[in-house]
Amino acid sequence: MSYPANLRYTKDHEWISLEGDIATIGITEFAQRELGDIVYVEVETIGKALVAGAVFGTVEAVKTVSDLFLPVAGSIQELNPELANQPELVNSDPYGEGWMVKMKVDNPADVDALLDAAGYEAVVG
Amino acid sequence: MKKTPFTEKHIAFGAKMAEFAGYNMPISYSGINDEHAAVRKNAGVFDVSHMGEFILKGENALDLIQRVTTNDASKLKAGQAQYSSLPNNNGGLVDDLLVYCIEENKVYMLVVNASNIEKDWNWISQHNSKNVEMHNVSEKTGLLAIQGPNATSILQPLTEIDIMNMKYYTFAKGRFAGVDNVLISATGYTGAGGVEIYFEDKDDCAEKIWNAIFEVGAAQGIKPVGLGARDTLRLEMGYCLYGNDIDDGTSPIEAGLSWITKFTKDFPSKELFAEQKAKGVEKKLVGFEMIDKGIPRHGYEIKDHQGATIGVVTSGTQSPSLGKAIGLGYVSTAFAAIDSDIYIKVRDKLLQAKVSKIPFV
Repeated sequence: MSYPANLRYTKDHEWISLEGDIATIGITEFAQRELGDIVYVEVETIGKALVAGAVFGTVEAVKTVSDLFLPVAGSIQELNPELANQPELVNSDPYGEGWMVKMKVDNPADVDALLDAAGYEAVVG
Repeated sequence: MKKTPFTEKHIAFGAKMAEFAGYNMPISYSGINDEHAAVRKNAGVFDVSHMGEFILKGENALDLIQRVTTNDASKLKAGQAQYSSLPNNNGGLVDDLLVYCIEENKVYMLVVNASNIEKDWNWISQHNSKNVEMHNVSEKTGLLAIQGPNATSILQPLTEIDIMNMKYYTFAKGRFAGVDNVLISATGYTGAGGVEIYFEDKDDCAEKIWNAIFEVGAAQGIKPVGLGARDTLRLEMGYCLYGNDIDDGTSPIEAGLSWITKFTKDFPSKELFAEQKAKGVEKKLVGFEMIDKGIPRHGYEIKDHQGATIGVVTSGTQSPSLGKAIGLGYVSTAFAAIDSDIYIKVRDKLLQAKVSKIPFV
């Protein structure tokens, strides 16, 4: 499984990529594999100020449902519009077209404090 | 964790594995949707060796089966099987099962859910007042289900038994893939057609059977399928899963299993079920599909349009064949008619759904 070196990761199996104070967030290769076929991504927290670790949405797979946790404090600006019709993009391209949300990060330095690829790989074994 | 004869095969295939009923079982291989489609459109192979098998022998075997099950096993001739249930004394179900008549009035095989093997064995033993010879052969019995519209044509070269023309819920014993004494039955839990293959797990029988199936099936796209797709396939058919849709507290009349409840003989809770059948039940198991976007799951509450609780979801998933979310659940009888407006409480929201006919596909 791949964990790109240019991303940061959380123990909750999300990845985050920062440009300025805007971050893109998705779930990792490991997470999509564990969940199996993803059928619905629900995010109803757009525009709300959220703390790090807050549940910002849920991801429904055929077999199971899982909460999505915000890696750092900030507010969600956008849900990937492609996921409405093609939730399977999360499975096929978790770090690319299967991104989930874009958020405005309160403090960009928070992102640096997250796990790097090697650190995350150690978490998932 | 216990292993089936095929556990190493699943791991070698790269399956996602998980514990189920004490066994290390494959949940999925290529993905639930892909495996599901393979079974609906072509053929897939399920390892269900974790299921339990009991052999009941002797002149009182049929009498014992009749006394513990709801369906009428006296109708079975050798080579026929039937779906049935084991009621408890409190109006619920110990298990659901298949009854195979191997020799009329003499030898029967009961196939039970893996998670209930011990409970069923104890329950039936407790009713065995006439010294029926009982054997629990679960641990040494291998079982593969090869399901799908092309399953029998793919497997036909491996056996002299005419499996392509085998009638639903009949079976035969014979040679399969060079292994003798294999029981092949035209049964399954998918609604897609196909067979189930029971054999004694000795020597290299399991290896021979598995390899032969994938050798003849490879060119025709046969795929290994995990328990994940087994669940979505059975749910599209509206088949009950013990532990989800039926359990120690649900009656077969409520669960839509009146068709396997025959009041022409005695069994535990018969009077109660007969009364339910005559007077009607307060709740019924129904199929429903989601109108609002969301996936129903086991345990979610079912509400009416005013938010009053009217039932509970027992199974739910996104249907891979239909591309929409479906479920089974018990609702107050007033809401059991097709097209009834119901609402599923998904997290903190009430999502609209409607009662629909089953099977869904």
